[in-house]
Amino acid sequence: MLNYTIRRLMFTIPTLLFISFVIFLILDLAPNDPTGNLPMTIPPEVREKIRISLGLDAPMYVRYLLWCKQFFINEPLNLIGEWFNICIGACEDRLRVRSWATRSPVVDLIAERMPQTLWVVGMSYVVSIVIALPIGVISAYKQYSWFDQIGTFVSMIGFSIPTFFTGVMLIVIFSVWVPNDSIFWLPSIYDTTHKVTDWSSFWFQMRQMVMPVMVLALYNAAQLSRFMRASMLDNLSQDYVRTARAKGLKEKTVLLVHVLRNSMIPVVTVIALSVPQVFGGAIITEQIFRVNGLGQLLIIGIQGADIPLVQTLTFVFAVLIVLFNLVADILYGLLDPRIRYD
Amino acid sequence: MTSADKQVEAKNRSLWGDVWSQFRTHKGAMVGMVVFSIILFGVTAGPFLWKTDPQYLDIRAKNTFPMISCFFTGSQIAQCFSDPTSIKFFDPDAEVLERIKVTWAHPIGSDQLGRDLLAQLLQGGRVSLAVGMTAMLLSLVLGTVAGVVAGYFKRLDGPIMRLTDLFLALPLLPLLLVIIMLFRDTLRNAFGPETGIFLLIVFIIGITSWMQTARIVRGDVLALKEREFILAANSIGTPSKRIITRHILPNILSPIMVSATLGVATAIITESALSFLGLGFPSDFPTWGRLLFDGTTFIQQSPARVIWPGLAISLTVLSVNFIGDGLRDALDPRIRGR
Amino acid sequence: MKLTHFVATTWSVALMSTSALAGSHLAQGRDGNVNIIYWQAVSILNPFLSGGTKDIDASNLILEPLARYDQDGNMVPWLATEIPTVENGGVSEDLTSITWNIKPGIKWSDGTDFTAADVVFTAEYCMNEDGGCKQTTSFSDVESVVADDDLTVTVTFTKPKPFHYGAFVGGTSPILQAAQFKDCVGAAAPNCTEQNFNPIGTGPFMVNEFRANDVVTMVANPNYRDPSKPAFASLTFKGGGDAASAGRAVLETGEFDYAWNLQIDPTVLADMAEAGNGTVVSSFGTAVERMMVNMTNPSADLGDKRSTLEGGPHPFLSDPAVRRALSIAIDRNLLAEVGYGAAGTATCNVVPAPTIYASTANDECLVQNIELANQVLDDAGWARGADGIREKDGVRLSILYQTSTNAVRQDTQALVKQWWTEIGVETELKNIDAAVFFGGDQSSPDTFQKFFADIEMYTNLFDGTDPEAYMNSWTCAEIPSPENNWLGSNMPRYCNADYDALATELSETAAIEDRARIVMKMNDMLMAEGAMIPLVHRGRVSAHANSLNGVILNTWDSEMWNAADWTRGE
Repeated sequence: MLNYTIRRLMFTIPTLLFISFVIFLILDLAPNDPTGNLPMTIPPEVREKIRISLGLDAPMYVRYLLWCKQFFINEPLNLIGEWFNICIGACEDRLRVRSWATRSPVVDLIAERMPQTLWVVGMSYVVSIVIALPIGVISAYKQYSWFDQIGTFVSMIGFSIPTFFTGVMLIVIFSVWVPNDSIFWLPSIYDTTHKVTDWSSFWFQMRQMVMPVMVLALYNAAQLSRFMRASMLDNLSQDYVRTARAKGLKEKTVLLVHVLRNSMIPVVTVIALSVPQVFGGAIITEQIFRVNGLGQLLIIGIQGADIPLVQTLTFVFAVLIVLFNLVADILYGLLDPRIRYD
Repeated sequence: MTSADKQVEAKNRSLWGDVWSQFRTHKGAMVGMVVFSIILFGVTAGPFLWKTDPQYLDIRAKNTFPMISCFFTGSQIAQCFSDPTSIKFFDPDAEVLERIKVTWAHPIGSDQLGRDLLAQLLQGGRVSLAVGMTAMLLSLVLGTVAGVVAGYFKRLDGPIMRLTDLFLALPLLPLLLVIIMLFRDTLRNAFGPETGIFLLIVFIIGITSWMQTARIVRGDVLALKEREFILAANSIGTPSKRIITRHILPNILSPIMVSATLGVATAIITESALSFLGLGFPSDFPTWGRLLFDGTTFIQQSPARVIWPGLAISLTVLSVNFIGDGLRDALDPRIRGR
Repeated sequence: MKLTHFVATTWSVALMSTSALAGSHLAQGRDGNVNIIYWQAVSILNPFLSGGTKDIDASNLILEPLARYDQDGNMVPWLATEIPTVENGGVSEDLTSITWNIKPGIKWSDGTDFTAADVVFTAEYCMNEDGGCKQTTSFSDVESVVADDDLTVTVTFTKPKPFHYGAFVGGTSPILQAAQFKDCVGAAAPNCTEQNFNPIGTGPFMVNEFRANDVVTMVANPNYRDPSKPAFASLTFKGGGDAASAGRAVLETGEFDYAWNLQIDPTVLADMAEAGNGTVVSSFGTAVERMMVNMTNPSADLGDKRSTLEGGPHPFLSDPAVRRALSIAIDRNLLAEVGYGAAGTATCNVVPAPTIYASTANDECLVQNIELANQVLDDAGWARGADGIREKDGVRLSILYQTSTNAVRQDTQALVKQWWTEIGVETELKNIDAAVFFGGDQSSPDTFQKFFADIEMYTNLFDGTDPEAYMNSWTCAEIPSPENNWLGSNMPRYCNADYDALATELSETAAIEDRARIVMKMNDMLMAEGAMIPLVHRGRVSAHANSLNGVILNTWDSEMWNAADWTRGE
């Protein structure tokens, strides 16, 4: 297993480099332009100058190599320098990856947005796992019972209604219809500058998180509970379950130790694969509630054709995906001793 | 006598007959089948029965309410149904009076430009269902093939899974912009604006949504491969192709079915997101997702505009899901035997 | 680090001064916090490095120009003592220089004096070739900017300049502090994150915390020239989301005090306003939603000559009768009502404002006349074919009509398509992502400059009140083509020697009445020839809470122009 892990890790480096190049190629080929969202009063000649000042006149491979240098050499050096408060080489003049729209280092932007994304999107995943797993297990164990039918119904509704609709619906109910002074009133706009210092500010944080977390959790829980149920059903009809029961094991033990453990294998993949999505943020939900996390940063970058921002963000995302795929594979091996990687 | 009877019975039983008889015992699946058939019939035959042009702008009848709102007129219910145009609603405010109105010309209401909602729903259903089904099939085939090959052939596991990583990591929106820029005009010239865009969208949704299926299928195949019956098949020299089609595929049907049922919903919703970004069908081309998105702005003014398309999507997804459940049970020999 | 410390100190100074003046009725910061919501988030607070309205508006709370435009488009002195004119001797007789006198006693928010050196520095900053300044048009034809003394600045032009108020006037051209930005000139400009995010200004507020593309929090400037202003001690400038939810946050939930640019369905906006929390305000500037008519042939068969003069005239749009019929078949009043409500009126002019420039010669198109349109086409020999679409000599009236992706534009497209069907014209609609459509990517076929379509629709406008540069857009030299990398603003590819002559005359005329006459003539020429089909004169719609007093919506300058005067009422 260790061998396998090391081999996979070695293999990730060329993979990631290749991914970064493909991403850059796509961003470069895409027809949107950083001057596209400027007001009409800025004449075409000025737009062309702006483009040149952003370095867009250089050939594609030059810009890619520049990004590589900035991201793989300058940024880590800068990070080390900041941690130990030392200056490595010409630290003042070192070019960092800068967003075109904000002219600030992309890594700083990502760090600034991490908290709200982790709070909201992360919490929504925790909530959806907590909801989905028991629902999936019970639905499968009591297949076609009323619990199963309702569970299927609710999760399919949750899955088939897009978040742009549920979000607006919740705002209309809890922010518009419920009077402002009621304890059920919830803020429709997330305050990213809010700091939790005491109970009342924690209470406020909870309230402003309720709606976005619920919208996302409903959507994710629906998917997860379906996978859980299907996987449980598969295992419940296996011979080893009959054997376990025949041995006289308690039903609880059969279900929670034997069946659950084996059913978790595909579900773990789904969960592990969705962890990077926590960091990727949730584009539509963040937009509706103005959580302004990483998802919103990405969509603004894409709309404004902010190549360094989008490139860096998607690459960080790619690193997480590759790593968590590895984690999922290792978990596979741990959960299912029959799988051998070597 | 009895043995002859048994022989006859055994002859008449086929695999698909068994599957069908098992499927029929699944109540949810039968209900889903009926609902889905109704929806399918509605969107295919509907536009021939309800002949209003979904694109026609009846601007004087903009923002009409569905006829159901007649039930809220109190004493005037009968009059409202027989002669809807004569109804003056309870709110004396002139502005509201203008907007709260009903007519049989638009039985479930109209949008802000006076397009008939029923006609749009029927027309939009055709596109949404077609996109949902084809894109789901495409991503299912891609995902299953990639997953099975990666799980079964150790040598191909690495490359295919790294390819999966690549696709998972690709930024979807810029990718769409690129694909559309590169292929829109070619496809439009070859197939006309609507079919061209249809192919493009199905392709885009299919190619960007197969990865999860692939990962899950691969996981299951990895586990299956070490099971005794596969080892046995291997040891008697069964060729790989036969092992995959006879032993592996039937055993991974349940995750595939779940992916398929979820895939229809994802495809329909992704299509609406694409339309919203201007990358989908032309703006005068209704789809359910698009109707729902457009209606969201008017959620407080005319809730009917979100209820109908929302209901249509949910019912479709729900019925497809129940059909999937039934199929899964029917295809599983262990359950079928019981 | 240093700056945060500094902000913290000044903040405490501000608090002290507030408490000292607590007895007085008009103390600064007496009204607490004000919440502003923009559905586009602020990405940078240096207006010279961003062209976005959201960035310019936010930075105008901090930075100020020498003069501004008021809500009627009149110039008012801001940091200057008066508006220089030829009459008061501020502008030289030959129109080659302008001298500004600065109000004495103005301080930057860090307490240092505001001097002419800062003004000179700002010009150097923006005119530097390597700086990527986005407001260089404000400084066009400027030869030099010189400080005569601490409070006097002279701007010299390379040639006589009839309109000499470009530099340092209006929200797009405010003054930066020389001391803060001295190391940020030229190629270093984009790397000065600290400065670009926390500019020191003379305005009513200063930055407390800046989160790019999210939120800016500001506090009152303790060194503001009027000790009783601003009334608010702090300000939150939140961004992101969409227009509908921004409107909801002000008008329905009451979480915010001011929402910008509410481009939402008029009926929805009216319903939101009925909740009684806030007021919708609108104001008209120079923006006109118009269709550009392609005078050249966009056929893909032409290859490189597509949509260029060399490719030859358009197969049917080159016929004036077709252009006229297309125009009068449109019900502009309905378009304005359905799409814009209070924020739009029908117009037949490409220059609808200011009033002195607005022509009335083209008002035929204000009333929809399908019959006349049909008549015009019949007379011109376009006969209906079997499918109801008109043809002449094998040319079908089939139009590809493109615009950017935007709900209102798509509604307009749908309506227009229907009217054109009624006059026997077939229309295919196409909408393109705004970042692609308005972007200048050379490799994309979908930009508005390449115009590979028959008709395209968007809004254009001019800054301030002088339309000279705007009118120049439709001269022959401005036609986009592969030779000039499609850089040009003459989208219709309209080329008329008489028009070019008028443009030259305009650049040499100083008297405002004569200028108005020429502009009107140019406008009428464009309209009569049908190079453009104007649709709706667009205003700006914003909303403020009923408890926020003093909001005067201004479309000629930044919307935040008078934020210092805002107060909290009942």
